Amino acid sequence: MKIALKHAHMIDPANGIDRPCDLYICDKKIAALDTAPEGWQSDKVLDLSGHTIIPGMVDIATHLREPGQEHKATIASETFAGVAAGITSMVCSPDTNPVIDTPAEVEFIQQRSQFSAYCHVYVMGALTTQLAGEYLSEMAALKQAGVVGVSNSLHPLANNLVLRRAMEYAASQDLTVFFHPHDHHLAANGCMHEGANATRMGLPGIPTAAETASASTCLSIIEDTNVRVHFCRISTQRTLQMLERALYDGAPVSADICMHQLFLSDEDIHGFDSHYHTIPPLRSRSDLEGLRARLNSNVLMSLCSDHQPHEPDAKLAPFPATEPGISSLETLLPLTLKLSQETSLSLSEVIALVTTKPAQLIGIDAGKLNVGATADICVFDSQQEWQLTAENIQSEGKNTPYLNQTLQGRVTHTFVEGELVYQLTS
Amino acid sequence: MMQHFLTTESLSLDQLTSILDTAESFYKVDGRHVKKVPLLRGKTIVNLFFEASTRTRTTFELAAKRLSADVLNINVDASATVKGESLLDTLRNLEAMDVDMFIIRHQDSGAAKFISQHVAPGISVINAGDGRHAHPTQAMLDMFTIRRIKKDFTRLKVAIVGDLAHSRVARSQIHALRTLGTQDIRVIAPKTLLPNQIETLGVQAFQNMEEGLSNADIIIMLRLQKERMQGAFLPSEHEYFNLFGLTPERLSLAADDATVMHPGPINRGVEISSEVADGNQSVILEQVSNGIAVRMAIMSLLAGGQS
Amino acid sequence: MNTNIDSLLNSLADQTKAHLEQLGEQSPLIVGIRTGGIWVAEHLHRALNLSNTIGVLDISFYRDDFSRLGLNPQVKPSQLPLDITDQNIILVDDILHTGRTIRAAMNELFDYGRPASVSLAVLIDRGGRELPISAQMVGDAVELPAHQHVKLTGPEPLALEIITTD
Repeated sequence: MKIALKHAHMIDPANGIDRPCDLYICDKKIAALDTAPEGWQSDKVLDLSGHTIIPGMVDIATHLREPGQEHKATIASETFAGVAAGITSMVCSPDTNPVIDTPAEVEFIQQRSQFSAYCHVYVMGALTTQLAGEYLSEMAALKQAGVVGVSNSLHPLANNLVLRRAMEYAASQDLTVFFHPHDHHLAANGCMHEGANATRMGLPGIPTAAETASASTCLSIIEDTNVRVHFCRISTQRTLQMLERALYDGAPVSADICMHQLFLSDEDIHGFDSHYHTIPPLRSRSDLEGLRARLNSNVLMSLCSDHQPHEPDAKLAPFPATEPGISSLETLLPLTLKLSQETSLSLSEVIALVTTKPAQLIGIDAGKLNVGATADICVFDSQQEWQLTAENIQSEGKNTPYLNQTLQGRVTHTFVEGELVYQLTS
Repeated sequence: MMQHFLTTESLSLDQLTSILDTAESFYKVDGRHVKKVPLLRGKTIVNLFFEASTRTRTTFELAAKRLSADVLNINVDASATVKGESLLDTLRNLEAMDVDMFIIRHQDSGAAKFISQHVAPGISVINAGDGRHAHPTQAMLDMFTIRRIKKDFTRLKVAIVGDLAHSRVARSQIHALRTLGTQDIRVIAPKTLLPNQIETLGVQAFQNMEEGLSNADIIIMLRLQKERMQGAFLPSEHEYFNLFGLTPERLSLAADDATVMHPGPINRGVEISSEVADGNQSVILEQVSNGIAVRMAIMSLLAGGQS
Repeated sequence: MNTNIDSLLNSLADQTKAHLEQLGEQSPLIVGIRTGGIWVAEHLHRALNLSNTIGVLDISFYRDDFSRLGLNPQVKPSQLPLDITDQNIILVDDILHTGRTIRAAMNELFDYGRPASVSLAVLIDRGGRELPISAQMVGDAVELPAHQHVKLTGPEPLALEIITTD
């Protein structure tokens, strides 16, 4: 099928494009840019004046809830929500039930995705068996099955020696370790950032040190072993500073920040609203501003959604008794656009953090729009104001504090491998 | 009209004063031969306690009965919820029995607020203590006690001593005192039991009894729970008493007519010496009887004017 | 309607003396209903030359409109001897209208004990009864339409005014 996308403004940070540019799709690939190839006959022409084209977004942190948590969501529902949100590649977390710690689970997800997913699904493998933090998982087998990395999610490692061994083993299989810096003892049973607001609300706090101490320990091990580690969902300014310094000193490290950490802080938690319950917690206003000030840092390789869809019961309880997590696919684009308006980053720089950079991080050929690239494309109307409601949210999880708020910037078309998998119907 | 009574933080000076004034009128009812008034006759009040507490529950029960209400006591064992019934299901089952008011005590901060957002319209919720967040009826009876003795809140020096970190009573007291005009509020505790940035609530933090108690007019002692030794907050009750126990010597550092209070139950020899607890500056037992009048006042203010 | 306070109070006192003679009671318990009833009760108490203490009733906790109107925070405590059993009580109020105040007052009285008798003395009976209540001693009686109300202001000087609402 030959499709022409005409009259749109294109932003492709990987190739330095930020200008009006027509795009020609032939079957699964991008056949040409600007001018049609010789002898081109379009099967379909889309007039996208007033719209913006970017590479389909790459989201390295999503929970698809299969296998085992289908009451919350499924691969089908969440990948559809993903393409509705302009995301064409999603990495699913290993903390499913059962955990993704053997090739069997990887293959299950790959087969389920082939059957029911609307976009590319990549798998993050478990660092330890059952994510229990004691025994190494069969990382060579996982690598062969196609995982893009290994992680222990937010589950603790039994001790630092196991952490070191797991890191070294992953490195030996040429797997990047995706490390969540979270010291469980310091965090104790905390559910909110330790600070004035937690004190006033009487909620047990998670101190900054729960993140920095854990990150620091991991960095020390990296200094000895030179293992490549990506630090996930950084929430505090201090951790990002530590990682920047480590990178500067030659450590093979990178980091990502979850989008809502750049917009929400502990000051936004009113009336014990469990929609704001997340781990890592929403940090202080100064952390938020500190992270925003460092978005052009070399160590930052991705912004992500950290999508965690939940069934209603998971959030219908007193704050500390609720499950943490926000359903965040469909706010990714509007917040990305808003971020560029509110910080010193250009739109192209922010979009790079949700397209080409995360693609590089997980080693996939995606996040760019050069000729010959797979036609994974996101088209949006940057001016359209809309509201995310319980009726129009595509994810099974309605658990977002952004429900019923006005957002600016809406996905109108999404192509995966040249096929129009999503189109906004007004 | 107030629909729920969840925190002292949200109350204005007028509302706080109104509660204290109403409590004053109920205070006299207690002196009567017939200690009942028919105000809440025909109403059903449910004590829904997820955390065990005999004393608070009994006071609420007494207060409700003196208002001629019918009382239902439900102790929800933590294990019952493990068996699967969610908090909301428990609530719905009770509402199906046509009750008028819930008095809630729960181990999670924010629980009373959560319940108030999910009860049927017309049902009132009183917070009898949620996690570490608030215990507004206790704070009100403490304010009532203080007002009867000292009259003027604005010039008072108040010291709150003990496990501030885990104290919902202290938080509610601080909000109420501030609204009633008290400026000089000190909290005294070991570093491990001082909440992060507690000064933002409008208090001065001390880690030293001698400094914190100086010239205090009111000393509120908080209970120290045994679990604090397990959680590595403190080495021993012995050392805690040596550093933070209210002894007659330490009491003499306060104002000559200082009043000693304690929400109870007291741990003799841990946070307070028997001599002080039983001494003539202590109003600990008065607090208990004041509790009934104050709770009668709060229940009446919520139940009236609903239709 | 007679609005001459002195004349009303004198008439009330005379009627009460006669009533007490019939009862054979020399030392009744005079109980005034807050607030206007207390002023009238005090005058009556002086006129009867009684040596015992006057009783005061605040009926806020016994009203039948609590569900609608809520609680008046200015409730002052009632003051009665702890046991009123076997006493002859003269209940005193300023204006008798629907009868609901008297119903509440009697309920409260009976929470204190079992009196030998309760008689009612009012300054003005303005009609409009909604309950089967009547006063034994009345300063002046008049049938007023529903949109008119009588109010006793005081304590010094005592004065009656008629208020018309729309």
